[in-house]
This record gives sequence, C-alpha cells and structure tokens, in this order.
Amino acid sequence: MKNYLKKFYYGDIPEDKAGGNIVSSESKSDWPLWEVFIRSKQGLDHKHVGSLHAADAQMAIENARDAYTRRMEGVSIWVVESKYIHASNPEEAGELFEPAVDKIYRHPTFYDLPDEVNQM
Amino acid sequence: MHDLEKIFQQKIETEVKIEPKDWMPDAYRKTNIRQVSQHAHSEIVGMLPEGAWISRAPSLKRKSILIAKVQDEAGHGLYLYSACETLGITREETINDLHSGKAKYSSIFNYPTLTWADIGAIGWLVDGAAIMNQVMLTRTSYGPYARAMVRICKEESFHQRQGFEILLVLSKGTNEQKAMCQDAINRWWWPSLMMFGPHDSESTNSEQSMKWKIKRKTNDELRQNFVDMCAEQVKVLGMKIPDDKLKWNEEKMHYDFGEINWDEFWNVVKGNGPCNKERLDARRKAWDGGEWVREAAAAFSEKRKSKPQAA
Repeated sequence: MKNYLKKFYYGDIPEDKAGGNIVSSESKSDWPLWEVFIRSKQGLDHKHVGSLHAADAQMAIENARDAYTRRMEGVSIWVVESKYIHASNPEEAGELFEPAVDKIYRHPTFYDLPDEVNQM
Repeated sequence: MHDLEKIFQQKIETEVKIEPKDWMPDAYRKTNIRQVSQHAHSEIVGMLPEGAWISRAPSLKRKSILIAKVQDEAGHGLYLYSACETLGITREETINDLHSGKAKYSSIFNYPTLTWADIGAIGWLVDGAAIMNQVMLTRTSYGPYARAMVRICKEESFHQRQGFEILLVLSKGTNEQKAMCQDAINRWWWPSLMMFGPHDSESTNSEQSMKWKIKRKTNDELRQNFVDMCAEQVKVLGMKIPDDKLKWNEEKMHYDFGEINWDEFWNVVKGNGPCNKERLDARRKAWDGGEWVREAAAAFSEKRKSKPQAA
C-alpha cells in the first residue's frame, strides 16, 4: 500500500546523492558531500552544523573553517563523508523509542521526598 | 486523505519541524526546493553588485568590511544550497537551473551599483528587507531551512548596520556626499519594496506556503513592516524616502505608501532588468572558469586514494 514511498534518506542527505557511492560518467567534478561537526569551545561536544562539498578530507576541513567558523565559532572541526552516516528511520521511531516511554521511575522527579531532604 | 499526509499535516499544525527523512507531499518538497534554491542563488548573485566596489572602497577599513560582507553572502549561499540538497536535488542540478535561467533569484540584484553610496543603501534597504523575510523564515516548517536561517540571521545584522553607517557618514558630509546619499536611497527604495513580491491577492505561491507554514507572514504584511521601519530610520539620516504618498496613518497605526510600478517589477523578473544578462554571464563565467579546479581537485583526491599510506 505504501509502495510508492521510495525516498528514504540518511541523515540530512538523500542516499543516492550522497557523494562517492554512485559514480556517474560525467560528474567527475562532483565532489562528495561531507557532514561538518564543530566544537565551539574546549569541554563541549562537537555538534553537527551542516554540510558541504569537498574533494577530500583536508579540503572539507578548510572549507568548513571558511563556511562555519568565520566568527570564531569553533576550536575544532570534524568532517565525515555523508555516505558513512547511518540514521534511524523516522517511521520506526515509535517502536524504536518505545522501551523508554513507560519508565518514568528513571527520572528524579518520580520520587516524592520531604522538603527537609534538600539537594538530592 | 492518505494517512501519511494526515501525519504530515498534523506535524505542521502542532509546530513539529519536517526533517529530510520524513514523508512529505511532493508539492511541499518542490515548493521548498524552489524557494530555498532561489534564496541560495540570491545570496550568490548578490555578491556581484557589491563585489564591484571592493576595489573602489574609500578606505582600507571599508574595504575589509565589504570583503567580509561579501564573503558572508557566499557562506549564506552555501548554507542554503546544503539545505536544498537535503530535499533530493544535487548541487549541480541546482546551479544548472540558475545558469539556464530556469531558476530565479531576487530581482534586486539586477540593478547596478553606480556610486559608493549604493553600498550603504544596499546594506540598509536591501539587507533590511531580506532580514524581515529571513527572521520570519527562522520559524519555517522545514528543519534544515529554518536552521540555515537562524545562522544567517545572526550574521546578517552586521550587514544592515554597516550599510546604515555608510549612509550616516555620507549624510553628515559635504553637499555632494549628501546628494549622493539621497540619490542612492532614491534609486534603491522602490526595488527594495519589490523584494517582497507581488501583492497577496496576486501571489500564486503565498496561500499554500502559508498553509504549510513555509511562509508565516504574507508579502504585504512584511512589506508594511519594512516601510514602517524605514520611514522612522530615514529621519536619523535626515534624508527623504522618494514617495509623496508616504504618510503616517493614525487609524491603522501604519504608514500609508504609494503603489509599486508593477510593470517594472514583472519586466525585471522576466529578465529585462538593467543587469540580468550581466549577472548570469558573470555566474556562468565563474562556473566554467572553475571547472579545471574542480577536476584537478577530484583527480588529486583519486590519486591519493589509490596509494594510501604513501609518503
């Protein structure tokens, strides 16, 4: 019934357009797509900020510097070719995350303690 | 209505962003591709009129600022091209559509920059109008587009401020500088109002875009906000907005203003503006001229891959 759904994308990237995995005869100049992650300062996680095209990893890092850190937004850059990102399927999100839904006792607010017990 | 479409519509109504992997109606995808790519092209073509003044900026300070601004536009184009790609169109297709004339970009960039004051007027009016639109779009329903807009808006405010400052300096200068300032405002005012597009009653894209929350304010609403803002700011410059009908309306709590020359608007959209040909030629030339670089970089990467760990 849903067989007309042929568009499944990985991450932000259409799989069939994600770069080096499909080599078309005339797009030799079509550089692969890279996902960019920036650490804004020491002590924080790298965070996904966007994507760009580059011929290789070094160029991807240099382009990422120019595109995403023009105002000192980062101290470290990760790049990974988009085709290597695997993502969960939003249509299966219900089943995938279901195990956590009914376990409210995992949250501190589940426990009712007298006010005298502060800072716990 | 199909159940997938119901889920989609429900997300829109409850302000849940649509992400690339989510199911979406084809028309929603197409509308976003059209709008986001048009927006990206505008950023890139928008580099040209300002770029023309980098070598003629009146001081080293102004030159550095202008270079930074034009570089920002390139960055904004890139964020948007990336967002556009998540909708399932390749970068190359998008750019080909620009070069073939199939895809549009903002008509404002088909006007020439005749004097240094134009750089100020572009910052104040053109970027000002763009910001109105872009602030609204930070809340657009398609996730990657909204995120690109947040990033762009953060950077865009410097663009408008530096433009206004250029005009402010000119407005305090010699009589010739003042005249130059007023002349630039005269030439850029109406094209800036045209940036918001046709009247709501004429715009074929507006209604569905509002329903899908791609747009959240109509062309006319945004245009009115812009006029209200500029009518006040122009007083600081001691200059005039070239519109006899511009007048505060106490009842509406908005400024009334004159009618746009729609013949001119459609003429420029259709490709007959003062610089349409020049702009597209410049883009094509840049693309063709860069081909050997793209190929060389790809070949270099291939070569390195074929002998790993060498050196």
